[in-house]
Amino acid sequence: MGEVIVITSGKGGVGKTTTTANLGVGLALQGKKTVLIDTDIGLRNLDVVMGLENRIVYDLVDVVEGSCRVKQALIKDKRYDGLHLLPAAQTRDKNAVTPEQMEKLCDELKEEFDYVIIDCPAGIEQGFKNAIAGASRAFVVTTPEVSAVRDADRIIGLLEANDIRNPRLIVNRLRPDMVRRGDMMTIDDIIDILAIELIGVIPDDENIIVSTNRGEPAVADAKSAAGLAYRNITRRILGEDVPFVDLTAQENILTKMKKLFGFKPA
Amino acid sequence: MMDLLKLLTRKKENSKDVAKERLKLVLIHDRSTFSPQFLEMMKSEIIQVIRKYLDVEEELLDIQLTKTTSEDGERIVPALVANIPIRAMRSGNR
Ligand SMILES: Nc1ncnc2c1ncn2[C@@H]1O[C@H](COP(=O)(O)OP(=O)(O)O)[C@@H](O)[C@H]1O
Ligand SMILES: [Mg+2]
Repeated sequence: MGEVIVITSGKGGVGKTTTTANLGVGLALQGKKTVLIDTDIGLRNLDVVMGLENRIVYDLVDVVEGSCRVKQALIKDKRYDGLHLLPAAQTRDKNAVTPEQMEKLCDELKEEFDYVIIDCPAGIEQGFKNAIAGASRAFVVTTPEVSAVRDADRIIGLLEANDIRNPRLIVNRLRPDMVRRGDMMTIDDIIDILAIELIGVIPDDENIIVSTNRGEPAVADAKSAAGLAYRNITRRILGEDVPFVDLTAQENILTKMKKLFGFKPA
Repeated sequence: MMDLLKLLTRKKENSKDVAKERLKLVLIHDRSTFSPQFLEMMKSEIIQVIRKYLDVEEELLDIQLTKTTSEDGERIVPALVANIPIRAMRSGNR
């Protein structure tokens, strides 16, 4: 029996879709049968981030309305064994799906898949309720900014009110240089405020934009710092005890030299 | 010595510390706003308790969550305000 994890945030644009795509590819690379569901009806995006936009025939609404079978709507990612996408509908409104339908769908999918990862829309309305309905675990994504952390707090409260206990925190777009000069909250500051357990820290990384341009999630890119961070989260999902690297640690002269001469960091 | 150095070189408080302080305060308020159902539940239980001791005008009863300034006068804090008109004291309360 698989696990259903919802990726939430409250505030939009903090990296839910990016995270869903990268964790999906990450889990598939670890040999897990994984399906990603885009629940952002009307603002479909996971398909382009994954590079699968040209292969959509059916969508989430078609499935819950019974216009097609689940299997027919799943897009198989040919690059990564075991990875599938169920795209959102683009021309329907959020109320086209109910929480009960989502719960039923998730129950069905977790019979077949090791992981069902749900990309949640921004906000706390119907779309959010749908996205969390079938999930037993949640990751809350935030950036180190006041408004994003505030909205994350609200989401944590709502998750708990809906019996999704112990949500885990992902801090995205950390800027080590800004943290070092005291112009960005540290990971400890954010944990102190939100009082939930951390599962990963993603640095702000140009590779995310480049990889999204190409439709190839950065997790598969050995040279990307964000990719490494997503690989670490993937291993933590699988139960491995992966230590957190301090991204804000001052580079010492040796690692700087090594970088300069093209050695890979240890 | 370190402290003195810090004091001398310090221009302004770090912006991240300002952010953290502001967040802490705004979340105290955010976290204290209840849902309407929650307030209704609490209201009906409060009435039950009061009714044991006082004969109250239930139709005129008013319980609300509002804001007030804190004792030091520096912050806005949530407050539960109840206006409960009493018809009579129950006998046997002395
Ligand atoms: N770690 C990162 N570094 C740089 N850019 C990022 C990072 N994470 C997300 N982004 C960018 O931020 C934007 C919003 O991300 P997205 O995943 O679509 O957010 P959401 O789904 O929460 O609305 C995208 O343009 C994405 O490329
Ligand atoms: Mg999104």
